[in-house]
Amino acid sequence: MGEWITNSAWLITALPLFSFIIVGLFLRPLNEKLAAGVATASIGLAWLSSLLLASHYFSAEVSAEAQKTLIPWTVEWLKFQEGVTVNFGVLLDPISVMMLVVVTTVSFLVHFYSLSYMHGESGYGRYFTYLNLFTFSMLGLVVAPNIFQTYFFWELVGVSSFLLIGFYYQKPSAVAASKKAFIVTRFADLGFFIGILILGYFGFKISGEIQTGSQPLDYAFLTHPEVLKAFLNLHLANGNSLLALALLLVFMGAAGKSAMFPLHIWLPDAMEGPTPVSALIHAATMVVAGVYLVARLFPVFSTVPDVLTVIAGIGLFTSAFAAIIACTQDDIKRVLAFSTLSQLGYMMFSLGLATMAEPLGYTASMFHLFTHAFFKALLFLGAGSIIHAVHSNDVWEMGGLKKKMPITHITFAMAVLAIAGIWPFSGFFSKDEILATALHGEHYVHFIGGLLVAGLTAFYMARIYFLSFWGKARTEKSSHAHESSWVMLAPLGFLALLSLTTGFIPFAEFVKIGAPLQQEGIDLHVAIPGTLMALLGLSLSAWMYTGTLNVPKKISVALGQFYVAIKNKFYVDEVYSFITHQIIFRFVAAPVAWFDRNVVDGGVNLTGAAMRGWSSALTLIQTGQLQTYLLWFVFGTVTASLLLWGIFLGMV
Amino acid sequence: MGILSWLILIPFLTALAVIFTPDSKKIRWVALIGTGIHLVVTAVASWRYLELIQGNFDSKALFTQLQMTEKLPWFASLGIQYFLGVDGISMLMTILTSIIIFTGVLASWDVENRAREFYSLLLILVTGVFGVFLSFDLFLFFMFYEVAVLPMYLLIGVWGTGPKEYSAMKLTLMLMVGSALLLVGFLALYHGSGLHTFDFTQIATVRFPKEFQFWVFPTIFIGFGILGALYPFHTWSPDGHASAPTAVSMLHAGVLMKMGGYGALRIAVYLLPDGAKDWGLFFMGLTTINILYGAFGAIKQKDLKFFTAYSSVSHCGMVLFGVASLNMLGFKGAVYQMFSHGIMTGLFFSLIGMVYGRTHTRIISEMGGIAKVMPWLATCFYIGGFASLGLPGLAGFVAESHIFLGGFFGNVWSDITVMRILTILATMSIVVTAVYVLRGLGSVFLGPITDHHFDGLTDAKLTEKLCTGILVATLIFAGVFPIFMGHMIEGSLVPILNRLQASGALAAIGH
Repeated sequence: MGEWITNSAWLITALPLFSFIIVGLFLRPLNEKLAAGVATASIGLAWLSSLLLASHYFSAEVSAEAQKTLIPWTVEWLKFQEGVTVNFGVLLDPISVMMLVVVTTVSFLVHFYSLSYMHGESGYGRYFTYLNLFTFSMLGLVVAPNIFQTYFFWELVGVSSFLLIGFYYQKPSAVAASKKAFIVTRFADLGFFIGILILGYFGFKISGEIQTGSQPLDYAFLTHPEVLKAFLNLHLANGNSLLALALLLVFMGAAGKSAMFPLHIWLPDAMEGPTPVSALIHAATMVVAGVYLVARLFPVFSTVPDVLTVIAGIGLFTSAFAAIIACTQDDIKRVLAFSTLSQLGYMMFSLGLATMAEPLGYTASMFHLFTHAFFKALLFLGAGSIIHAVHSNDVWEMGGLKKKMPITHITFAMAVLAIAGIWPFSGFFSKDEILATALHGEHYVHFIGGLLVAGLTAFYMARIYFLSFWGKARTEKSSHAHESSWVMLAPLGFLALLSLTTGFIPFAEFVKIGAPLQQEGIDLHVAIPGTLMALLGLSLSAWMYTGTLNVPKKISVALGQFYVAIKNKFYVDEVYSFITHQIIFRFVAAPVAWFDRNVVDGGVNLTGAAMRGWSSALTLIQTGQLQTYLLWFVFGTVTASLLLWGIFLGMV
Repeated sequence: MGILSWLILIPFLTALAVIFTPDSKKIRWVALIGTGIHLVVTAVASWRYLELIQGNFDSKALFTQLQMTEKLPWFASLGIQYFLGVDGISMLMTILTSIIIFTGVLASWDVENRAREFYSLLLILVTGVFGVFLSFDLFLFFMFYEVAVLPMYLLIGVWGTGPKEYSAMKLTLMLMVGSALLLVGFLALYHGSGLHTFDFTQIATVRFPKEFQFWVFPTIFIGFGILGALYPFHTWSPDGHASAPTAVSMLHAGVLMKMGGYGALRIAVYLLPDGAKDWGLFFMGLTTINILYGAFGAIKQKDLKFFTAYSSVSHCGMVLFGVASLNMLGFKGAVYQMFSHGIMTGLFFSLIGMVYGRTHTRIISEMGGIAKVMPWLATCFYIGGFASLGLPGLAGFVAESHIFLGGFFGNVWSDITVMRILTILATMSIVVTAVYVLRGLGSVFLGPITDHHFDGLTDAKLTEKLCTGILVATLIFAGVFPIFMGHMIEGSLVPILNRLQASGALAAIGH
């Protein structure tokens, strides 16, 4: 029983596609409200379908066999050549089913929320069309059974993100941000693509020797033990592992999408998009695609421990780096963006610390991805509700919203507690597992670093919470703020409920890999210091940001240049801007354009001019005037006679 | 008379009909109906072609053979024939040309200056193009080739804009140099084969001496390369495109430049496989320059047409790059890319014409924010832009992934490490392309409206929507269902690969 549920899993992906086509082509020009309604309804349907699928897939009776990897639907899409075929399909395994639930849940709530949030905006229908496109692409990415399909949808989510960041296309900052997001991630995808080329070619060669019944780019092929063994025997000319190179390149793509340092610069700017978009794409779903990709290829990554070490290092660095910056930002959405960066770093380093023998980090990372999606979406939607009321993103222009927006306040506070990692909110459980991974694996640097970041997270999240909800209204607008409509509040309430409950899900029973997990449940060696750090951060923040607000200023003055550097995000954007504009455009693009017009084309024109020169020289001679001809005739005759005479006399 | 002859005749007859249409207002309708009929006949022919190869899919022989051949002796004493045929590559190119000329007529709906001459020249030009793609006799091929190239001089010189005489002259002279090289090469093939025939299929049975191939291959490859914008012989293209009227740019970049890639694959590589092996890496290097150079060059362009022309240099470089990588993936990618770039650039030039018709400027910095008043045109432009930066789901992605995989897979005749390095260099263009496409389109369409004159401008009319709609739909179709095209062209590449391998060491496809 229930076979049909897994067999119809393709519908979950197809629903947003159908509605994208119908809404985009037909309904949007007719009636924008109808378009928005249909777009939302279709995602609602997809949401219910994935809940059904998940409950079937994870249910106890079928779990034994059903939690295997299933590919219930597949179709040949492209045959590159004999032995390299790309099949599009739907792959169901614990992480893809989990992601289906995450994506459809957040997407549906965001669609619903946007019905009210975007009301009255011009381009209302266009907005929902893009959201549908994004949801389709994201679902296609999640269920991809081969790395080529992943890349296909990877780019499509990139372009939907581009369209949505630049939704306010008449606003120059939004246009710039969308361009930046696309180009930075494209640059990272170049690595991903070259990685695919390497995996494709050597996979093709290996597939000639080892029969696996799958295509070279299929995940089933890449994670096959025999294939991995064959891959590990391949080396570069200098003796380094080829697989390590390929995986580093693939990780470059993942780092771009998941905004790891130094490819993080696009994410804070991406906040130019409408706030619900930030909640969906730049917090809960698309940005975790990189983490998801590493998890998807984890059996491959785990064969090359050095690459995992790099991932863990980059993850931890990004996590700390972003947390420090987040403490100084004034734009509420940017603080949330940096906190997303920081949490993504958490997920990455957790994956980097996992091994097949001790896979707690893998489960922890996926768990954190899961809980983070809900509380971060809640934070963004809550911020959207505030921005909607105050018409400003600046936390210093808010204040005193506690009474005016009670539901937003309560839900936002719950999300803050969740991200800070306070029991019984969901963040506590997943963060605990991540820190436990670091502690038990004896990665003390990561453990201490993780704890510090946890403290910082609690601090800066409480900072924006206190600044926006406590104290007095600091501007005219915020004193006139009032609570949002129920259409916006309902998703907040639902997400708050999820933030409170998802921690209690026995996640490790559903999502695991490799050896059985050693320890389950809460580890007090981790929970106590973790909670203490969080409480420290929260209380420090409460002390600094409630009341007269003199302390922050004093601290910023005391830190001097260091504070300025943090506030300016350590000038990473400036470095990029310098490299692209001052070096690449100026010393590559402009010279190429000049060279082409002046040297290459100059050569062509020179040839032409030389031809014309010759011909005009010839026309000079042929003037058509008898006198000239006579003159030349006489001159020639005289010269010739003189020469002849000279030769004759032996003078020359 | 077979269907292939009709494919060549229909545009010619339409040209005649245009000349003899009494009412000059109706000329465009005559042209539209003629090209519309052609589109239908093309569809019938492709359907029949697919049926033919489908039915015989198992017997590989027929699958790889020319279909629907028509053969008549012409100058028997010289071995010249009227020999038409079609295989997957020709079929796809015919479909491309048919779509481009139909949409090109729609795009030049408003041409009023000497419309009769304009349309008839356009149709004669396209007659030549169909002839090139369908003839399998070198002499016939060359004749049609010249028919396609020469009207360009008049079309740009008379109906062009800007320094049109200069551009027309430059374009024609450079292409003539290419033709001269081709003529030399073809005559060498004719005499070298010793068969006393221009019949392509017969010449293809001859093993030319290595020494001979070493000299003749580059002659022919460069001859076609000039038309295919091979670096450093591409400079006719920016000037030519910038000065040409819309439909002419569409045809020229969309179709004529494809004759270069087509000839390089069909004639240079197929007939002279040993030469191809000797020179493959060299031309791969040259086309890598093309790809990157065109892309970097496009970043700094100020005029939309120059911008598109440089992007064409980059994309046409990919066609020749695929051809030069000498394996199944590369060849397939090259053919895909010819199709995808043809449609894409046709879309670009038609859109530029439409935008120019409204704003009266093509200078990028003088425009801004016009997506507000022309949402249709902006959307189409962006879809074209995304195709050009290789977005999955659009035709360009399929082509590029084949080409890059092809370069990476390498072949047994060239140093594979060098090929891979070149391929990785070439893949960098996907980032540079994203940079120039988004910058260029962004400053034209997005942001606030910079000039209040733009406030009152209108979006696309019905003919314009039809024209761009067809092209966009083709891009999407080819990107979503690439398997149809793959099916069509794959068998036709087998003979070329077989001939390469017959004289080489290993004999597996893509080794």
